[in-house]
Amino acid sequence: MKTDELVTMLATGGAMIEPRGATRRFAATIGLGAAGATLLMATMLGVRHDLGATMSQPMFWVKLAYVAFLAFASLWAASRVSRPGSRLAGVVPALAAPVLAMWMLSGIVLVTANPVERGELLFGQTWTSCPLLIATLSIPVFVAVIWGMKGLAPTRLRLSGAAAGFAAGAIAALVYSFHCTEMGAPFLGTWYLLGVLIPTVVGTLLGPRLLRW
Amino acid sequence: MAANEERLRGLLVRGLGGDAVAYHAFLKDLGAHLRAFLRRRLGHLPDEVEDLVQESLLAVHNQRHTYNASQPLTAWVHAIAKYKLVDLMRRRQSRELLTEPLDDENDVFSSADADAAEARRDIGKLLLQLPDRQRVPIVCMKLEGRSAAETARITGMSVSAVKVGVHRGLKALAAKIRGDA
Repeated sequence: MKTDELVTMLATGGAMIEPRGATRRFAATIGLGAAGATLLMATMLGVRHDLGATMSQPMFWVKLAYVAFLAFASLWAASRVSRPGSRLAGVVPALAAPVLAMWMLSGIVLVTANPVERGELLFGQTWTSCPLLIATLSIPVFVAVIWGMKGLAPTRLRLSGAAAGFAAGAIAALVYSFHCTEMGAPFLGTWYLLGVLIPTVVGTLLGPRLLRW
Repeated sequence: MAANEERLRGLLVRGLGGDAVAYHAFLKDLGAHLRAFLRRRLGHLPDEVEDLVQESLLAVHNQRHTYNASQPLTAWVHAIAKYKLVDLMRRRQSRELLTEPLDDENDVFSSADADAAEARRDIGKLLLQLPDRQRVPIVCMKLEGRSAAETARITGMSVSAVKVGVHRGLKALAAKIRGDA
C-alpha cells in the first residue's frame, strides 16, 4: 500500500473523536483502581475506629492534605507523561511541594519536641508495617494506572512507569490514611513516602515492558 | 513545520471535530513533513524511511485522542515519530543480534532494488491477516467508504461492533507492523 493510499484509508469516514473522552476514560479507570484499594483497606485492615473523634484534630487534616495533594499531583504527572510531547515543567515542583512541606513541619516538630519523644514521633507504633501496607494497597491502583496509560500514548516508558508507580503509591497512601492512626509529621514524611517509593521503583523497572505500543 | 504549525493544527482540530476533508489534508501534509523529518534521522537507512512514515501516520491516527489542542502540534507529532524511530532501532538491533549473516546479504539485495519512495512493507497485506471482525469493517468503511450503518447492514454486525472493529483493527495493524518488521 502506498503512503497516499494509507492516508486516504485513514481519513475515509472521518476521524471524529469525543472531546475530552481520553481524559474521562483515564479518570474512570483510576477511579476503579482507587475503589479496589479502598475495598482492600476496608476488608483487610479496617477503617480506624476513632475516625469521627480524630477529625477534630488539626493534624488529621494536615495528614489528609499531604496525601491528597500527593495523589492529585502524581495523577496529573501520570496523565501528562502519557501524552506525547507534553511539557513536564512544573511536575517535579508539584510532587516535591507536599513532601518538602511535611519535612519542614517534621523539622519544627522534632526541634520543639521533648528529646525523649523524638523516637516516638519518627517511628510511631507501625513503622515496620506502614510502607509495606501502602505498597500492597497500591497494587490494584497500579494495574489501573498502567491500564489507563495504555489507553494514551506514553513515549518515555521508564519515566511513565515511575509516574504510574508513584501515583499508585500516593493514592494507596490516601486510602491507607483512613486506617492508620499515626499522626506524627516525621512519621508521615518518612514511612508514607517510603510506601509510595516502593511502587515507584517497581514501575520504573516494569514501565518499558508494560507500556510499549 | 514552524510555518505550517498553525495551518496543520487547524486542519487536525477540524478533522477531530468530524471534517474528513480537513483530516485528509492534515495527514497528507503531515506525511510529507514526516518524510523529511525521518529522512534526516535515517540517513544511513534510507530504505526504512517510507515504512516509518507509514508507521508514524498510523500511530498519529490511532493516538489522535491524546492530542491536546492547547499543545504545540509539532511537539506532539515529533514525540510520536521519535518514539517509532527508537522502537525501529531497538527492533533492528535485536534482529541483527539474532540473525545469521545470510539475512544480511538479503538485506543488501532488498535495499539495492527497492525504490526509496516505495514502502517495503505492504500494510494492505498485513490488513488481510486481521481477524474478520476487524478486517471486514475496515475494508467496508475505510477502503470502500461505506458508512457505519451501511457496513452494519451488510455484515450483520451492530453499528457499535463495526466501530469497535475499525478502532481495534487499526491498533492491531500497528501491533502487526511492530511484530513484523
